[in-house]
Amino acid sequence: MAESHAVVHHPALKHHFENMEQQKEAGTLGMWVFLLTEIMFFGGLFLAYVIFRTKYFDGFVVGSHELDVTLGGINTVVLILSSLTMALAVYYSQTGNRRLLIFFLFVTLVLGLVFLGIKAEEYSHKFEHHLFPGPGFQWSGEPGVGDQVRLFLWIYFAMTGLHALHMIIGAVMLLFLIYFAWRGKYSPEYHAPVELGGLYWHFVDIVWIFLFPLLYLTGYHLAAGH
Amino acid sequence: MSEHIVSRKVYFGIFGALIALTFTTVLVARYDFGRLNAIVAMTIAVIKATLVVLYFMHVRYSSRLTQVIVVSGFLWLFIMIAFTLSDYLTRPGWPVPGLK
Repeated sequence: MAESHAVVHHPALKHHFENMEQQKEAGTLGMWVFLLTEIMFFGGLFLAYVIFRTKYFDGFVVGSHELDVTLGGINTVVLILSSLTMALAVYYSQTGNRRLLIFFLFVTLVLGLVFLGIKAEEYSHKFEHHLFPGPGFQWSGEPGVGDQVRLFLWIYFAMTGLHALHMIIGAVMLLFLIYFAWRGKYSPEYHAPVELGGLYWHFVDIVWIFLFPLLYLTGYHLAAGH
Repeated sequence: MSEHIVSRKVYFGIFGALIALTFTTVLVARYDFGRLNAIVAMTIAVIKATLVVLYFMHVRYSSRLTQVIVVSGFLWLFIMIAFTLSDYLTRPGWPVPGLK
């Protein structure tokens, strides 16, 4: 009798949930609560940016002009594309297509690594030109705003660095998802880890959607000469 | 209540909109609208983020409880920034964007 009771449950159903639907709803809600703490985590830095931008607007425009809009723009497209492939991975986990699920998780991982590679290239360029706001910082541009530019670059490194850390964590998460998908753990009845991983990946994309205009585009009109 | 599966068509449509908005934000950033620069850039960013939250993150199809949680999170962030600025921007001698 105990055995016949056991077979009606999905093997992934934890004993403290009534059914798979309730388990999934609890998981989604829990993931969003975690993402809210992430909003506040990044929120403090966004607040610092807003305050210092109003105070030192001239230095922020000049500092922003030091960033590479082309590389930042390419990275924006790469991240949005990776969000599409992640969304497609979730779709194929819902429809039970194991091969395409693994394929799109893998493409998402590759795009995430491309993003990090371009980011590393940008960082090394800043170090070479003494623009990292550490002991080696040297400002040879417009006189009088060096300290403000340094502050801008500190916020740039803090925010993009924290974002890049999230990307690295996301890449590790994708490796686990790919492994378990390959093992055949996910099905149309149970694929919550893929969905919740997707929520995390899209959240990191949203952070970048705000970082790109705030950091890269604030001084872009200087380049256009308008 | 069974799971809502968002079609691939919707995903591709949202992707196209996000790419178009990215090019728009870069294009308009080439012009100097003074104090409007930040407002234009943030409006586009908020539209993009909303599309991601509603469709890629399925919030449009999520339970009402999840929707309330999501909205409250962004609301608190807004309160934090708006209330802090109401202090800083009204301090004597603090520069207000666009006003010299």
